[in-house]
Amino acid sequence: MPEPIKAHITGVVFQIPAKTGDRVGAGDPVIVLESMKMEIPVEAPRAGVVKEINVQEGQTVQEGDTVAVLE
Amino acid sequence: MRAVLVANRGEIARRVLRACRRTGLATVAVYSEADRDAPHVREADQSVLLGPAPARESYLDVERILTAAHRSGADAVHPGYGFLSENWRFAESCARAGLTFVGPPVEAIRAMGDKAGARRLMAATGVPTVPGSPGPVADAAAAEAAAGSVGFPLILKAAGGGGGIGMARVDQPADLPVAFATATRRAQAAFGNGALYLERYLDRPRHVEVQVFADSQGTVLHLHERECSVQRRHQKLIEESPAPGLDPDTKRGLTEAAIAGARAIGYVNAGTIEFLVDGAGRFYFIEMNTRIQVEHPVTEEVTGLDLVVEQLRVAGGERLAWRQDDIVQRGAAVETRVYAEDPEKNFLPSPGTIARLDLPHGEGIRVESGVEAGSVVSVHYDPLLFKLVARGNGRDEALARMRAALDATAVEGVRTTIPFLKRALDHPDVRRGALHTQMVDQGAFR
Repeated sequence: MPEPIKAHITGVVFQIPAKTGDRVGAGDPVIVLESMKMEIPVEAPRAGVVKEINVQEGQTVQEGDTVAVLE
Repeated sequence: MRAVLVANRGEIARRVLRACRRTGLATVAVYSEADRDAPHVREADQSVLLGPAPARESYLDVERILTAAHRSGADAVHPGYGFLSENWRFAESCARAGLTFVGPPVEAIRAMGDKAGARRLMAATGVPTVPGSPGPVADAAAAEAAAGSVGFPLILKAAGGGGGIGMARVDQPADLPVAFATATRRAQAAFGNGALYLERYLDRPRHVEVQVFADSQGTVLHLHERECSVQRRHQKLIEESPAPGLDPDTKRGLTEAAIAGARAIGYVNAGTIEFLVDGAGRFYFIEMNTRIQVEHPVTEEVTGLDLVVEQLRVAGGERLAWRQDDIVQRGAAVETRVYAEDPEKNFLPSPGTIARLDLPHGEGIRVESGVEAGSVVSVHYDPLLFKLVARGNGRDEALARMRAALDATAVEGVRTTIPFLKRALDHPDVRRGALHTQMVDQGAFR
């Protein structure tokens, strides 16, 4: 079942450590956001394969936006 | 000096503008596109747009700031804190452009900016530093050899990183080989660099810092100490002066060391030397901040002196207006920092729009705010919204006034650290002044 990974805060995409097709474990950082001088990882909620990355570095995302999809 | 460009934003920009007005200096504010409607922009005689919201294209862009100074006719630059304030290249660029940098000499910024070099320099002047290996250790055997002089418990720290990642506490020699292998692996994974160095682990130390001030005629003074132990991840949350219950001998040692350190590097203007103090009253240099500090108001409240006005005077070549014997701590003052962070979610940033803002007022209360109702709290900058400062005849009165001030404060639209600050002020250890730097992370105020 595809599962969206949502940003839990508003911020700017600082890094994208995962790529489409990567196998990730629960708690692995998929996207790293920067907000108010802090780097905040958006983590995979469970183990799986990254199906989509929906953001680019430097892009602003709002809380609740889907930043990636896990399969 | 005729006109000062304030190369900053938020509460400190407003604080500096106020000091300039008090001394009759013209003012120039700079701002990013995100800060068009910010209060500091309106309060200056002139304001210049630097560029887009990201700090590197605005408040961190040296060229744009120098151009703004040129166009506006400013002949001095006050950097505030953060941003370019401790960037020696910026200070040097200001000098080259014929601008007075309101801060220390380039060489002093540079010497203290290299944190390992600063510790070596201070140790050479006789200022105590946390015992540690002089540099990274090659392997477990070298770590064992270095551990002899560092002593246990010790902490293994990643040379290539920070933020606590890769750090491991080692209580006894027998644990060192395994801990070293684990910490090396973690540091390698996190920073691409497995190098480790050793430092003595201090159990529940206090953070006590000394405010120093020097002029270009060679006078170096101190303005006593500030206690800043209530902090998380090196971000201070509550500061006060005097440091409660500080032993007079320790206090004398701290101020003498701070003055000796400032003298050794030819320091000029306002600076802060930070120390850790252990349970036995031994103290160790951590670092020097070569700028005005966020928490400078607590020192102003107990000494009755205006540090920012004095920064401007000294930068203009004047002698310090004070004598050491005249600088006395009267009563007590405490500051709390209100950040747009959610303390119930591990201090996660909380950007947004401030829908409502009620700030406290009354006897002994001072507010330094960068925001007002309607302000947009952007993701691009530090989350500090405002600082509350309370003064009293003694510590209990200052704390009681602060507690009431927090009750009288209301912020809607963003989450803030206010609930956390209230819990901290209600905590018995805070009330009796039994403070240490690990309280927050150990969950004392949950």
